[in-house]
Parts: sequence; structure tokens; C-alpha cells
Amino acid sequence: MQNKLLDMGIKELRDEIAAGRVKSVSAVEAVFESIENREALIGAYISTFKERAIAKARETDSKIAAGEKVGALAGVPIALKDNICSDFGATTCGSRILENFCSPYNAAVVEKLSAADAVIIGKTNLDEFAMGSSTENSGLKQTFNPWDTSRVPGGSSGGSAAAVAADMCFGALGSDTGGSIRQPASFCGVVGLKPTYGRVSRYGLVAYGSSLDQIGPITKTVTDAALMLSVIAGHDERDSTSVDESQAAVDDYFGGIDKAVDGLKIGMVTKFNEGADEGIRAAIEAAIEVYRKMGAEIVEIEMPYFDYSIAAYYMIATAEASSNLARYDGVHYGHRTAEPKDYIEVYSKSREEGFGKEVKRRIMLGTYALSSGYYDAYYLKALKVRNLIRGDFVKAFEKCDCIMMPVSPTTAFKVGEKTDDPLKMYLSDIYTIGVNLAGIPGVSVPCGFDEGGLPVGLQILGSAFGEAKLLRIARMYESQCQWGKKKATVI
Amino acid sequence: MADLEYKVIVGLEIHVHLRTATKMFCGCELAYGQQANSRVCPVCLGLPGSLPVMNKKAFEYSVLAGLALNCEIAKFTKWDRKGYYYPDLPKNYQISQYDLPFSEHGYIEIPVGGGQVKKIRITRAHLEEDAGKNTHTSGNYSQVDLNRAGTPLLEIVTEPDMNSGTEVRAMAVELQRIVRYLGISVGDMQKGHMRFEPNINLVITKDGKEYKTPIAEIKNLNSFRALEGSVNYEVVRQLDEFERTGKVMVEGNKTTRGWDDAGRQTVLQREKEEASDYRYFPDPDLLPVVMTDEWLLEITERLCELPLKKQMRYVADYNLSEYDASVLTGERANAEFFERVVEAGAEPKRVCNLLTQMGLKVANARGCGLAELGLKENDVAKLAKMIEGGDINASAGDRIMQEMMTSEKGPVEIARELNLIQKSDAGELEVFVEAVLAENEKAVEDVRSGGKKSKAARGFLLGQVMQKTKGRANPKVVSEILNKKLN
Repeated sequence: MQNKLLDMGIKELRDEIAAGRVKSVSAVEAVFESIENREALIGAYISTFKERAIAKARETDSKIAAGEKVGALAGVPIALKDNICSDFGATTCGSRILENFCSPYNAAVVEKLSAADAVIIGKTNLDEFAMGSSTENSGLKQTFNPWDTSRVPGGSSGGSAAAVAADMCFGALGSDTGGSIRQPASFCGVVGLKPTYGRVSRYGLVAYGSSLDQIGPITKTVTDAALMLSVIAGHDERDSTSVDESQAAVDDYFGGIDKAVDGLKIGMVTKFNEGADEGIRAAIEAAIEVYRKMGAEIVEIEMPYFDYSIAAYYMIATAEASSNLARYDGVHYGHRTAEPKDYIEVYSKSREEGFGKEVKRRIMLGTYALSSGYYDAYYLKALKVRNLIRGDFVKAFEKCDCIMMPVSPTTAFKVGEKTDDPLKMYLSDIYTIGVNLAGIPGVSVPCGFDEGGLPVGLQILGSAFGEAKLLRIARMYESQCQWGKKKATVI
Repeated sequence: MADLEYKVIVGLEIHVHLRTATKMFCGCELAYGQQANSRVCPVCLGLPGSLPVMNKKAFEYSVLAGLALNCEIAKFTKWDRKGYYYPDLPKNYQISQYDLPFSEHGYIEIPVGGGQVKKIRITRAHLEEDAGKNTHTSGNYSQVDLNRAGTPLLEIVTEPDMNSGTEVRAMAVELQRIVRYLGISVGDMQKGHMRFEPNINLVITKDGKEYKTPIAEIKNLNSFRALEGSVNYEVVRQLDEFERTGKVMVEGNKTTRGWDDAGRQTVLQREKEEASDYRYFPDPDLLPVVMTDEWLLEITERLCELPLKKQMRYVADYNLSEYDASVLTGERANAEFFERVVEAGAEPKRVCNLLTQMGLKVANARGCGLAELGLKENDVAKLAKMIEGGDINASAGDRIMQEMMTSEKGPVEIARELNLIQKSDAGELEVFVEAVLAENEKAVEDVRSGGKKSKAARGFLLGQVMQKTKGRANPKVVSEILNKKLN
């Protein structure tokens, strides 16, 4: 039996801690006990900060004892995906090239978590530079699915999703460029929210595809996701792409979470479901049925350009990545080759040694797409497709409040199953990528299990900056089902 | 080669450091000569996760320059990444502007002597961030200083409209005056605030046919002397090369050369222009800039009268020589000081003489402007009027002005105290004249004889009177008395 504290949600734990009934230190210790028991099986963390976390927890506990006001995440143990900069520990991005890189500054979200008195306990594994769908591309370690350790946790925020599913933290931050929060959340049976592009500051998130990247929470419940979003959302003048709140206000995501959406209209594209495995289709249909029973109306919508999203995504994301990753050159920081012949070799050898195969593949793809003579045919064309996909969503949301579809065509696959076929791996992103291209929010909510007992995720998409409504819709379902209560087999 | 007919063709690429307090995309202080890597932050170091934020002031400064260069200001402009690997470029891309620069299609007027101006067309001007600085020391390594990385850099590209080293220099000088007038750059060439890269070639006419020599681009010139020298050197070198080899411009045979200041010659750096692929694409970290009418108006209101216009106005309205006008308009603050004195009612030419001689001499020695000499505009105007009215002579005027720089007293009081008021009373002066005439009979005779020596003798007598009055006689009055007595 694991420590009962670990069964709590973030809100519950926070309130217990703030009321002085539970010590933050106890919660931190419980989490570390869980990490010590399970980390060898799961491999969720690249680094943990036990001493620092306990010190922070003590600080919060004494603040509470002294009657001081504490933040919305007071004393709650939270994990960070290791592509989010922290001025403590290393920020590796799961890459050998940054294996020993220590950021001198904190990401905006780390500042916000700290201001809310959260306790950051460690940094989680990921596909190198967030490029991948299984966390197998990490250059530093392998992460396994808490429901079946022969399977992948999904990716790229696989470490964060696995840590939440295995009760090795209460909530975690991930980043989502093409599904990297939602897909591992669905593989691990937890909730994953990708907010609207511009809702959460990217300052301090190591860039992969800058126009697509967004930080979001991975939690055990929709309510917890709403609470974490309310802490990290908001304009940041250090990120020019973070949206001015006078244009799109930060709503009270948490306060109204239990209020059902009246007259809910759910948009669906029937053929999307048909592309998914049988077990997933059945789970999604059952979930829709739950909504129908709550009075929701199902509206068939059209997304004519959706099929092109993978092609457009792998042009735009890789083009941006090829430029974003140019800075890892062994000159200023990070891995430098041992004995370069000349300064050209500082670049070529450091990068050759420091980057993994998938990162190299994407840098080459992107470099090609941006090269003179190819730019118009590839990058520019992809941008045009992106606008069309955006248009698809805008039109769809004229007819419905949200769109529902699977997160992934399959549940968690076996470790090594797709590593030799990158194209197959890319194609598994079909349902998640359009959201990033359009910049809209999307959430993955557990909606059952396939015949093999592996978790299935229901993906719900909302209109831009409509997180409050989106989360309420997700919560409607969650309140009717008990999927989230079931513990991963590793527990 | 002397019999070859040729025309020099020069276009310029100019980089100007803007004098904002902070860098282009981060809050680091812009400072020169500080300890290496002491003015850096995660953004200008290109650390993982850092993001650029546009310096609005730098953008406004650039637009101001664009307006002064008669450019069209784009309603919509964006930022692009220019990718290349170099140790002084921490992100290995430079944030710049590629296909939609903030301004295009302008011109600058430069003086070409005799009160004439020539228009040099401006192709475009765009804003970008400067790189850091590599230092190649001894040993098996180089050092990188990133204090300069991220400095706002205005790049101006001209059409190949200049036809001599003199014109190129005039263009550079004019541009320096403009950016200083606008207050957007310190424009100090030695500190690298302005760097010039001329593209030079010749159109040679031989046997009725035209031949274009291959273009040479001279990198990174940071003095007017080097700029003009490099153009002049290239003319000779390219003529010579054409005579020897007959080589003409073809695709890809542009060369890159550097300037050897000691040897006063250009030296080959790269034989062939490599087809660099910078893989430009819009920077996803920065929003496009939309120039609204209101914002543009606000910036336009900050424009001032430009130096060349001012200079020509001084010549036309104040009757100053082109040289004097150019000296006075060299710095905006000096010109404005001059204008305030003139507005106080003084005769411009007199004011100009006072200011360009004693005024600027002292100011230059102190390294300050006319306005910092402790002179009140009204007092200088009074002083000019005293000279004009014959109360004092010009050299006394200089002396009094020097005194005014440290004294609380006005020019009249100083003139009295120093006994510099001229004797203009004809009755009083007649006594001196008569005494001199009596003492110099020989000279008087020479004048009266009207011979060759007459003029010199008259001057001698005038000088004698001046000496007798210790220089305080009004020479005009003395001259009149002399004429009366001698004729």
C-alpha cells in the first residue's frame, strides 16, 4: 500500500497543507518514497532535488505555521519536463549536447510555480529536444509506461506523464509542439492540457518549433489541470508571442470548473474515429454516449485540410528546429568535442557527438526546407496549408463548442516497436498536430482502456483562448466516470 | 592606361550603431570599452529558452533615419533569421530583415561643391542586431566578447550612384552629420559606430566599346580616410588589372577585399563570391511590426532641419561662405546656438566670424560644443553688434568673447575694463594723425607724389596712428582723416 497522501489531488493536498493538517514535508517525502520505489522501473526523472524540495517544503510549512498567506500550489510537489529552464540542477533537454548544462535563469513558468509556493521535485525525461512520440529518443535514459513497463509512455513529455501516472509527483509541466502533452497523457491514463499558443509564456522553454511550442500541465484530474493552468497562464513581456491580456483575458479556469456547459454541441468528424484502433474507437464512442446522455448534441463537421497537417507540421517544426538548434555548437556552452582540428570541427564534431539520430534527421529536414530554391515549395507552402487548417477550425467552431476525437490511433506501443520506422512514428501524430498548427487548446482526458488494459484518451479541442469552457466540458465527462481513479499497474 | 576613358561606379553598404540605452532585443546596457562579456544576459548570449523582445526605441530611431533619407516607411515589416555559423554569433543566426525591410526607395543629397548637390539613391534600410567580437590572440584559441552582440544596427544600402572617392567621402560625411543631427547614433567611426563597405568597379570605354571591371567589395572601413583611400586605390588597381588581363565582370567573380591602412592599399580576402545560403525565414519569436499613421506622425514630428539644408540656407540667407556654413552646421547644437545669437538681432556674418574663430577654437580644445562655453546668446549678439558699430575691432571682439566665457560681466563692461573701446572721435584722433604726419615727412611726400609707393606709405601712416593709440583707434575713422589731410 502506498502512502495515502499520494491519492490526493492537487487541490485537496494544497488545502490540507494550507490548513496545517498535512505537512508539505510529508507530501514531499511520500513522493520521494514513491520515486525510490518505482524510478528503477519507470525511469521518469533525469534529475531530482530531494534536499532542495524538503527545504522548500519546510519553508512553506513554517510560513503556514506563522499564519502567512500561501500560494495556490502551496507545498505541492510538482515535476518539470527537462526542457524547462531552472536555475537549479541541469536543464538537459534529454540531450547529450546539454547533459551538463545548467541554466543561469528560471523559465517564466518556474517563477510562477515558485510564486504559488509549489515544490519542484525534479525534472523529467523527454525525447531529445522534445522531438518524438515515445520518449525513446532521449539521449540520456529510457522511460517506461507505468501501465505496462514493456511499453513506451508516449512522448515527448513521457517522463512527466509517467511520473504523474505512477504517483511520483502530484502534477507536472510538459510541453506540446505536436501532441507532446496530450499523447503521453493518453498513453499513461492521465489528463494533459495544451493551452492556446500565447496563453503561457515560453520564456525559458527550450525551443523546438517556436511557433508551435506551448507549455501545459499534466495531472491526475481535469480540476488539477485547471488549477495549474490558472497559476502558469498570463502575459509575459519577455515573450513577444505571449498574448496581451487586454486582447484575451485569463479566465478563472478553476473557479467555474464544475459548471456544466448548457446546450453543449460537440463537433465530430466520423472518419477520424475510423482511423483509430478498435479499442480506442469503442472507448471514444462510449465517452460520446456519456455526453449525449448529459444532453449534448453531436454535430458532424468537416475538416477538409486535416489530412495535410502532418506534412505541413514536419516542414514548419523542422525548419524552426533547424534554426533553433543551431546554437548548440560547442562554442559557448554544452558539449564540445575533445580535440577539434580547427574551429569548423568544434561545430561539426560537437554536434555530431552531441545530437541523437532523430534530432539530426529533423535538423536536416528543416535545413533542406529552408534552403534557397526550396523555401517556396516547402516552407512557404506549409505555411499556406497551416492557414487553411486554421480556417478549418475557425469554421468548425462556428457550429460547435468543442471538437472530439482520439488522441492517438493506438494505445501505448511496445518499446522499440516503431523506432526503425520514423515515418510510422510521425503518422501516429495525426490527431494531435492540427491543434498546434491552429494554435488552439486541446486536452486529453482518460476515457477507458483497450482490450489489453491500456489507457485510452479522449481528445477535446476548444477555440482559441477558450480553455475555461474546454476544461468545463472535460470536467463534465470526468465527473461521470471513474477512469482516473484507477491506478496504474506499477502502483 | 592614361588614355583609357573610364567611369567609377560605387555603391555603399553602411552599418550604423544606434545610440539606444539598451540592446536591440534585450535589456542589456549598450556600452563600449567595458570588460569583456560584462554586458550580457541569457538573450544576447543566445542561451537555451531565451527569447528576443524588440527595442521599440531602436525601431523608432531607424524610422527617423528612414524619413531623413527620404525613404518610404513600410506599413508592415517583420523580422527574419539569417542563418550562418560564426563564434561571435551565439544563436548562429542573426535577427535581421530580409524581404520586407522597414524602409526602401529613398535618397540622400550630398554636397558636390559650388553650392551643388547630388542625389544618391537609397535602395533600402533595415534594422538588425550586431554580432559580438572575436579576438584572435596567440595560442591555439580565439576569444569571443559578446558585449557588442545584440547592438541595434541600422544597415543602409545605396544604389551605385557615386562616381569618385570624393563623392563617397561626401556621402559618408553627410550621413554621419544626419545621424548625429537626429541623435540616433554617436557616429564615432573609431569606435565602430559607423562601418562602410563600398562596392567598386569601373566602366571602361575602349575602342568605342564599354567594359565593366569585376566588382570589389571592401569590408569594414571605419574612417573617412580609409573609405576614400580604398576607392581611389581600387580605381588604379582595377584599371591596371584590366590593362593586364582584360578581365571583365561576370557572374560570381566579385571579390572581397580588405583595407591595409598602413600600406594604404586594398588586399584580397576572398577570390570568389561564395553563393551563401543564409536560409532566411521569418523569426517566429517576434511579432511583425505594424506602422500606424499615428505612430509614423509621432516619429515624423521628431525630425529636424537636416544639416545640408541648413548649410545651404546659411549660404543663401546669411551670405556665409560654403565653408563657414559647413563648419557651423557640423554639429546640430552648434548650429542652433548660432541661430539663437542671430535671432537676438546680430549680423550673421559677424556672429559666424566670432563663433568659427574664437568660439569653435576653444570649444574644440575643450571637446565641447558652443553652448557649453558659458556664453549667453544675447551677450554674443551684443558683442557682434559692437564690432558692427565700430565700438571695438575684430581682434578685440575675440578677446572680449574669451573673457565672457569666464566672466559674469557683459561685453560692454568687459570692453571698458580692458580699455578696448575704439577711439572713433574724429577730433580726438585728428591730434594723433597730425602728430604722425609731422613725424613722417618722407612718407607724407610719398603719398602725395602719387607714385608707386603711395599706397604703401598710406598704410604705413595708418599703422603709425594705430600704434600711437595702442590699437584702439577706429581704423575707418583714421583712414578718413588721413585722406582729408593728405589730399
